[in-house]
Amino acid sequence: MTAGSPFAPHTAEETQAMLDAVGVVDEDDLFDVPESVRFDGEFGIDATSEADVVAETNRILAENDDLTEFLGRGHYDHYVPSVIDHLADRSEFLTSYTQYQPEVAQGFLQALFEYQSMLVELTGLPIANASMYDAATALGEAALLAARVRSTSGSTVLVPGYVREERISVLENYGAGADLTVETVATDDGNVDVDALAAAADEDTVLVYAENPTTLGTVEEGLDAIGDVAHDNDALFALGSDPVALALLQRPADVGADVVVGDAATLGMPTAYGMGLGMFATKEEFLRQVPGRLVGASEDAAGKRAYTLTLQTREQHIRRERATSNICTNQAWVALRTAMHVAYLGPDGLLETAERTVGLARDLADRLDAIDGVSAPVHDRHHVREFVAHTDQPAAAVVADLEAQGFAVHVVDEHAIQVCVTETNEHAVDDLVAAVEEVHP
Amino acid sequence: MQHYDQARWSEAEGDAYEPLLSETGERTVEPGDALPEDLTRDSLTLPDVSEPELSRHYVRLSQQNYGVESGPYPLGSCTMKYNPPFTEDVAAVDDAMVHPDRSAATTQGTLALVHRLQDYLARIGGVDAVTLQPPAGAAGEFTGIRIAAAYHEANGDDARTEVVIPDTAHGTNPASAAMAGYDVVEIPSDEGRVDLDALEAAVGAETAAFMLTNPNTLGLFERDIEAIADIVHDAGALLYYDGANLNALLGRARPGDMGFDIMHFNVHKTFATPHGGGGPGAGPVGVVEDLADFLPAPRVRETDEGYEHFEPERSIGKVHGFYGNWLVLVKAYAYIDRLGDEGLRDASAKAVLNANYLAERIDLEVPYRPFHHEFVASAGDRDAADVAKRMLDYGVHPPTTKWPEIVDEALMTEPTEIENRRALDQLADAFNAAAGEDDDTLADAPTRTTARRIDQVSAARTPRLSWQALDGD
Repeated sequence: MTAGSPFAPHTAEETQAMLDAVGVVDEDDLFDVPESVRFDGEFGIDATSEADVVAETNRILAENDDLTEFLGRGHYDHYVPSVIDHLADRSEFLTSYTQYQPEVAQGFLQALFEYQSMLVELTGLPIANASMYDAATALGEAALLAARVRSTSGSTVLVPGYVREERISVLENYGAGADLTVETVATDDGNVDVDALAAAADEDTVLVYAENPTTLGTVEEGLDAIGDVAHDNDALFALGSDPVALALLQRPADVGADVVVGDAATLGMPTAYGMGLGMFATKEEFLRQVPGRLVGASEDAAGKRAYTLTLQTREQHIRRERATSNICTNQAWVALRTAMHVAYLGPDGLLETAERTVGLARDLADRLDAIDGVSAPVHDRHHVREFVAHTDQPAAAVVADLEAQGFAVHVVDEHAIQVCVTETNEHAVDDLVAAVEEVHP
Repeated sequence: MQHYDQARWSEAEGDAYEPLLSETGERTVEPGDALPEDLTRDSLTLPDVSEPELSRHYVRLSQQNYGVESGPYPLGSCTMKYNPPFTEDVAAVDDAMVHPDRSAATTQGTLALVHRLQDYLARIGGVDAVTLQPPAGAAGEFTGIRIAAAYHEANGDDARTEVVIPDTAHGTNPASAAMAGYDVVEIPSDEGRVDLDALEAAVGAETAAFMLTNPNTLGLFERDIEAIADIVHDAGALLYYDGANLNALLGRARPGDMGFDIMHFNVHKTFATPHGGGGPGAGPVGVVEDLADFLPAPRVRETDEGYEHFEPERSIGKVHGFYGNWLVLVKAYAYIDRLGDEGLRDASAKAVLNANYLAERIDLEVPYRPFHHEFVASAGDRDAADVAKRMLDYGVHPPTTKWPEIVDEALMTEPTEIENRRALDQLADAFNAAAGEDDDTLADAPTRTTARRIDQVSAARTPRLSWQALDGD
């Protein structure tokens, strides 16, 4: 194996010729680094052949237990067809960067334009950006946008008690720079307690956030009322969702949502340890305040339709400290995959996937409910993909027992677990039910 | 000269290079009775294409795009180096695809990999503790500034309201500082480097941090970095390293050794993970021991029983809903593991050699020297943006244009270590040819890419951001 980087193509002769052309004796002469800060040591990392790196990394990851996951709560597994990997991995897409030269990047720009358009249809809101990092950071950006556009200053973001604490933590970090604080509002049987929300909202509220479906898997039945509370207090209404749910549930634009956030990688990516794609869609009136990249249509000198990044004066490379966000590199390639997946499914396939998640959740809840010691679902609501189940045993013990039997489910409370089912683990439902029965003798 | 013709799939009678999915065929469907009507939408209208049609659409789009594997891509401070496909395979194994809510006990493999990458980055950066959570460089900057804020707050030091940056700083630096609630103070450079007097005047009891890239965006190494660190630390502030240009220094100098307290890495730059048309990347953050307690939660540590998560005592909380861009991190790990000390050190050396050789072959002036892995040439009396458009016709991606503003008609150029001499000669030929052409040719460019020059004014004046917005056209 030759020394040096395997991806630097220089032969010894080439290197010498280049050094001569530059007029130095050796590579070290090119560096203007003072002796006092030079690093003469080693990192202690051995160079390794490709075969050995692959084998070793596989060996490390194989230490993970092979469990059948019935996990959700904000990160989902839907089947991603093979064609998406093959298309998205094409190097013209994968190894390109931000489309600073749109004339040579029409492919990716059009793909992102199509992605934006799909979100416009799914949310009913006319403006969708070309990605944020994930659901939590998209929510953070929504809060900052809400604070920016409000006619008077405010300092509170209201979120329902069912929201994941991780999401709230991210929101708090985003809010810290704008002096925003987060307050949680009571829930009512897996939905927002609208009376509690109305009581909590006031002239200081900049944003009201709710989810549909919620982190608990419940379908929210009070969206109109939630939107009204927000608007009555001159606050924006941000709704968290995902592209599968949006194909079926109430359209956000129809219930007064000002911003839609959430994880769009529910389509396009399989389970990936939480790596996601932040959706961000909003109304026309907030266009100039939108964070992130926007792809627009235009014409080129040949009179043909062409696509380009537009309204870049919102962004950091132009507006610097006055930018709407610091975001630069985003999740563009994930958005490409999501768009491919939506196109693959088409409206029939997408709606069918969504409707199936309702049926699968209902059926599994019914079967678990039939077990002595278990009642499901805890919430008397409709569900998408997942639901909370009550167990008269300590939930932590139930989850540990299930783990030992090869299944992963969530602990959500001392006597509550949460179970998520999609078409990818549907085949294991019988085994899961049997395992739950076994731990409830 | 290299001849280049990019694919241009024009509709015979249409007015676009490739039809939109919506134009290929849309269908409208209505929900059935899975849910009550009042809880569902009325209808859904989306493109309805077969798998072969889908495949052809995206293959054609890919042909109307340009990546590092198409040709040279010398965007300054982006480090568009080769993305080794074996890293893709490593990241795609089933064992990598676990849910983030899995227990630590059942994900010892993932935690081991996280721990190893944390450790690798700490060694490479010369820092003590690393988080992998920030999902991009700018996110890393925001995380770093939030750590600085928490540090000052813990010291009861609430007068620090400013972050100082040099005028050559990348736009994300002031944007991140502003997002974290700070006022941004910009100081002028002196012959391309930090002006020590200006720095001294700018930092004080109100300064939370000074953000710096080294080498800076002109490719110049900040020789006075130790003096800079002293000035900043004497004022009680923290020194932040923007890792965008780390490819210049691997194995040769480390931010931690230079006096930086906080740094971020751009793994999609230095550690070769693919740029993906604009992401995903990852921006791990490293800190000195005194700041480790403030890192985002959770971190991974090794115990006698294996790996576990823990929450740093004064953690700033989370900067991503889960653990960051996991698949990107796996690729970075695999790349570092492959190259090792000697490969990383050589990558830097060849990156710097390539930049120097390229500058030698280009006829344009490069006012600031000695540069390292990148340089900023001036297009002189030509418009840098037009020169860039003409370079596209020669089959190369042009450098970053019109920035940093300290150089007139700037062409910020970073070839990276992956180009051989012949490719650099071709790249130089493209520069020289484009810069030598007449105004009309430049204004007409590009002519060989999929699209001709695109009307930016019309795009911004009348934003059409979806195919729905086109329906009225």
